[in-house]
Amino acid sequence: MTELVRDSLDHCVKCTICETFCPYSRATPLFPGPKYVGPQAERYRGSGASVDASVDYCSGCGICTQVCPQGVKIAEINSQARARLWEERGIPLRNQLIARPSVLGRLGTPVAPFANRTLRSRPLRLLAERLLGIHRDAPVPQFAGRTFQDWAREHRSPVAEQSVVYFHGCGTNYYEPGVGQMVVEVLEHNGFNVLVPPQDCCGLPLQSNGNFRAARIYVRHLVANLARYARDGLPIVANATSCSLMLKREAREILGVRDEDVRVVSEATYDVCEFLLLLHERGELRTDLQPLALTVPYHAPCQQRGHGIGKPALDLLALIQDLRVIELDADCCGIAGTYGLKKEKYEISMAVGEPLFNALREAGGDLAACDSETCRWQIEHGAAVHAVHPVELLHRAYGLGPNGAAG
Amino acid sequence: MTYDTIVIGAGVAGLTAALRLADEGKRVLVMAKGVGSTHLAPATIDVLGFDPGPVASPAEALPAFTSANPEHPYARLRPGLIAASVEWFKERLPAIGYQGGLEENFLLPTAVGAVKPSALVPETMAAGDLRTGGQYAFVGLGLKDFYPAYLAANLAQAQPDGHAVSARSIEVSLPLAGRPDGSSAGLARMLEEPSVRDALVRELSRKLERDERVGFPAVLGLARAGEVWRELETRLARPVFEVATLPPSVSGIRLYNAMSSALREAGGRIHVGEPVVGAETSGGRVEAVITQPTARASTYRADTFVLATGGLASGGLQLDSYGGVSESVFGLPLADTPPPGGPRFLPDYFAEHPLNRVGVAVDDRFRPIDAGGQAVYENLHASGATVAGAYPWREASGNGLSLATGYAAAAAILEGAS
Repeated sequence: MTELVRDSLDHCVKCTICETFCPYSRATPLFPGPKYVGPQAERYRGSGASVDASVDYCSGCGICTQVCPQGVKIAEINSQARARLWEERGIPLRNQLIARPSVLGRLGTPVAPFANRTLRSRPLRLLAERLLGIHRDAPVPQFAGRTFQDWAREHRSPVAEQSVVYFHGCGTNYYEPGVGQMVVEVLEHNGFNVLVPPQDCCGLPLQSNGNFRAARIYVRHLVANLARYARDGLPIVANATSCSLMLKREAREILGVRDEDVRVVSEATYDVCEFLLLLHERGELRTDLQPLALTVPYHAPCQQRGHGIGKPALDLLALIQDLRVIELDADCCGIAGTYGLKKEKYEISMAVGEPLFNALREAGGDLAACDSETCRWQIEHGAAVHAVHPVELLHRAYGLGPNGAAG
Repeated sequence: MTYDTIVIGAGVAGLTAALRLADEGKRVLVMAKGVGSTHLAPATIDVLGFDPGPVASPAEALPAFTSANPEHPYARLRPGLIAASVEWFKERLPAIGYQGGLEENFLLPTAVGAVKPSALVPETMAAGDLRTGGQYAFVGLGLKDFYPAYLAANLAQAQPDGHAVSARSIEVSLPLAGRPDGSSAGLARMLEEPSVRDALVRELSRKLERDERVGFPAVLGLARAGEVWRELETRLARPVFEVATLPPSVSGIRLYNAMSSALREAGGRIHVGEPVVGAETSGGRVEAVITQPTARASTYRADTFVLATGGLASGGLQLDSYGGVSESVFGLPLADTPPPGGPRFLPDYFAEHPLNRVGVAVDDRFRPIDAGGQAVYENLHASGATVAGAYPWREASGNGLSLATGYAAAAAILEGAS
């Protein structure tokens, strides 16, 4: 265990507040709750093999850590316990596979039409469920065919006094390059030269699937690429809230990677809404926003809440006239990255998301906003509404036009 | 971000101050390390329960109490403020349906069958008032830490003065098999399902006697508590009430949900999981508070600040291994600290422990003051268990203090602005 996590363990007073908030323990008897598998069970894990595998049913949403009044790093304890469990037992092929989005992306992109047909084919999904344990109904994204990196290589970002580095993550690169283009265009509209250095996966899905060794390799590689920009004083801006959380906190707090590169990158990394709102506070955000006569329910994903920055999207979207944003108070959409893809967890994932899906249906309309891509896919799957990143609404209000690329 | 007021702490004191200010159109942000006391406490508003014997009417007892305890936070409040805060609370949270007021204390049974005086009680608990006297049946639902036989036996012994109470217990088994969550919160969600209530009513109707009032652990619904309670009262055709449980407290969760959603609807913001680790101050003012969510710190600016971080139990005050006490966010001077080297605690639980009343001393505007009586920062106010001079667990005054001092801090800010 990392020191930070170990030190917080003894602060648990067993008040059970985390258990009242955990959206997973209320959805399945297979997960006994964050306190039970976390600060409580941790005392007995010691160095020997664990007999208790229930910690694998923790999704890592992190709500327990956020609500704990004593500062116990419950989700972090559970994440580390899960890694030790899988280290002992050996990680299943499926978990190795779905935890490598950049490998899947590289394989799927050149044959996108074929790969997408495969992912839509019922017989093949049944086969994938049988052979791999990926649930037949789980929401899987469609390959865009052309990567964001590919677009960025040809794109000339205008010369400007200030530059930012854009960390787009795998979801944007392989599945939603259109979102990446909008982020770039919104930043450029605000007078930034946007740099897009080559980048690979941050390692988060590997971390969630208990493969810390591989996750550390990925994140070290990524921060080594990004650290020189951070040392030059450039902000690193990201739209994928879970991947940026890896850079900001989790590499240090969960994976225990504590070198100087990680520290400077953590210091320089911003969620895109956080970044734009800070600009606005300094009076530097352009407010030539056209009114949008829309009502949009907004779900802040768990990993966004883990940033500890409030919900900057709310203040940002409030700048758009006629746009009515409804802040939803739901816990978790249930997907938790790769959790809801798994055959044995899909039903739990849908039960966890049900209150959010209901809230979205009640809000009416056919549009929702949410910062994280896997959560957007889950929302579209569970509630049948189109879900967009908040920046997409800004992009529209800036009148930056419809986007050509798939997204 | 820049706010009119930043409130630190999301318990009853902090949420009261925030909601009062947001209702007046102020831009308010609540920042909290985590969710706090609401989830552990019953949600009754106990203003003054013991002085030192049971208090029948807080309104009548308070003048003598405050003149005998001039350093008590209640003694700092202007006349009428406690009553105003209680009336406001009743009206502002209609979902809880608070009953009562300062004139008379309810006498409610606790989960262990003790008798507790409370000024304001949720509508779902009101029929448990032991002053009514008569026959009380307590129903167990297989919930851990809620044993109705123990409750009933203790209550029969307690016999509050002049009120003839007879009590018995009934065990009802809910179909818990395969249910994921057997905690009080899990049972509360379960009781929102009509089929579960049907089974409960069927079994209970056979077991109840005429003229019995029926007490349940406080798990009668979470989001739709009022509805569940009303339906049971109608279908069982007799008074039905809830008894607050040990943590997690569903009635407390309802209170937190009601207050936080009212605050959101009034335009306020709540950041939970963001401990304030420091402050920027200059010229006798607090300019900003600081969080440290990553390697980079975040700064939040406001015109005024309310400190509502709680006492030793919540970490608002910290006790180090040498017995030294400090205030966690601003390092404020503390009052009522035990003398150096002397004992902090005495062997008897209800003794006047030297550490009991420690906290920040405040002026009439609820601003923390130094030993010379001067406000430490002109725009910082304190409320709740952070304030020195109270002894809430002996007085039975916890939520009453939080409500009244949170209300007073907001009032001072609103008056300062006008």
